[in-house]
Amino acid sequence: MNAWKGQDVISTMNWEREAMESVLATAEKMNVAFRKKQRSTTLNGTVMASLFFEPSTRTRVSFKSAMRLLGGEETAFGDPKTSSSAKGESLYDTVKALETQVDVFVIRHPNEGAAAWAAANTDVPVINAGDGNNQHPTQALLDLFTIQQNKKKLDGLTVLLAGDLKYGRTVHSLAYALSKFDGITLQFYSPSTLRMPSFMLKDLREFVKVQELDSMNLADADVIYATRIQKERISDPEEYRKASYRIDLEVMKHAKEDAILMHPLPRVDEIAVEVDRDPRAKYLEQESNGVPVRMAVLSMILGDRS
Amino acid sequence: MTPDTQKDEFLRVRKIESGIVIDHIPQGNSLRVARILGLDESNQATVSLLMNVPSSSTGLKDIIKIEGRELSERELERIALVAPSATLNVIRGYVVAQKFKAKLPEVVEDVVPCPNPTCISNKEGRPRLHIREHSPLKLQCDYCEKVYSEDEFSF
Ligand SMILES: [Zn+2]
Repeated sequence: MNAWKGQDVISTMNWEREAMESVLATAEKMNVAFRKKQRSTTLNGTVMASLFFEPSTRTRVSFKSAMRLLGGEETAFGDPKTSSSAKGESLYDTVKALETQVDVFVIRHPNEGAAAWAAANTDVPVINAGDGNNQHPTQALLDLFTIQQNKKKLDGLTVLLAGDLKYGRTVHSLAYALSKFDGITLQFYSPSTLRMPSFMLKDLREFVKVQELDSMNLADADVIYATRIQKERISDPEEYRKASYRIDLEVMKHAKEDAILMHPLPRVDEIAVEVDRDPRAKYLEQESNGVPVRMAVLSMILGDRS
Repeated sequence: MTPDTQKDEFLRVRKIESGIVIDHIPQGNSLRVARILGLDESNQATVSLLMNVPSSSTGLKDIIKIEGRELSERELERIALVAPSATLNVIRGYVVAQKFKAKLPEVVEDVVPCPNPTCISNKEGRPRLHIREHSPLKLQCDYCEKVYSEDEFSF
């Protein structure tokens, strides 16, 4: 049974472990094909509409590559500077105008809830490719995939999530996704003004052990997930300087020998370039997992059409 | 239901012939209820707003009486949100023709805007929230997924 067929991919908040594991298993197969640069015809004749109301080259290209490798097509409604969205066309009108011509929507939007809102207004499956500060669920899947590839398991891990936890959608998505696995400890480190929203902490505590750290203490983490703190989130430059953190080779000395260091990229100053040489640095591998994981998601939503 | 005569405390101002009496509003929330009902300077109806009225069950309460007016479903749901303990009395011919408690449905659609200013529903319309916890009341937006308590909704 494929629980993903015809479904929307909006938020990890209510995901079940089994559903995540089924994508990861498919991603494993896709990864083999992807690394061999093998194309398939699985999604021949299907069209993915990319609706990017906010620029994001990485995510958009990753979805596009995934679709192409599966034999499908991408129709893009991108570049907010020139597309109709910038001229004030509503999300509703855009979705309604395209729904009869496409098989899946991939939506990136600056407003929270945009993908859910679109999904509530169309029968075409919607994939959330980032909605404001809320969620980025396919990022969580590729994060889980990367953790599993490296740690050979998803249970019993201590995961440190650092950076802007208030507005960081990748952190929200990953924290909820991980909370469905067993024996997880989630450690959070952020500037005091950018803490995890309290209702999220409450939700997560129902499933896993949650610790809020008051310093960037890497010592216990099996997985260190660093995210950037955008300057515009903290108006006072002095506060920003105090709030920002940087992981360099010196800091990595405190991390476990077998820890892995991840980052949803692009990074600013959170991770020094010298850390790229550290074998524990997995963020480049993590980013390259975007394509096979999105291939898995697309094939499961659109596949089995025989 | 047999028609009930108006309670004595409704006499604090005077009996009304027809209209509504919103009783048992939590103390201090009557101004928010008044805003929900659009009782601003453009209002033409006779309105009595009683604050800090002694109540047998809860200490002090607020009461609003509006003459010649009934409430829409949407207004009732909004009142239920800011004044969950409120009782609505519909007055016809000087007697209480109907009396019921404000009740918030599990899903409130198009009733209150999502308090998150950057929520898509504040741009595209049709806000929809559902009750996450009953006491204290917490609502979660079906779109942006943020959770709010009653006092975060502005009227
Ligand atoms: Zn919302």
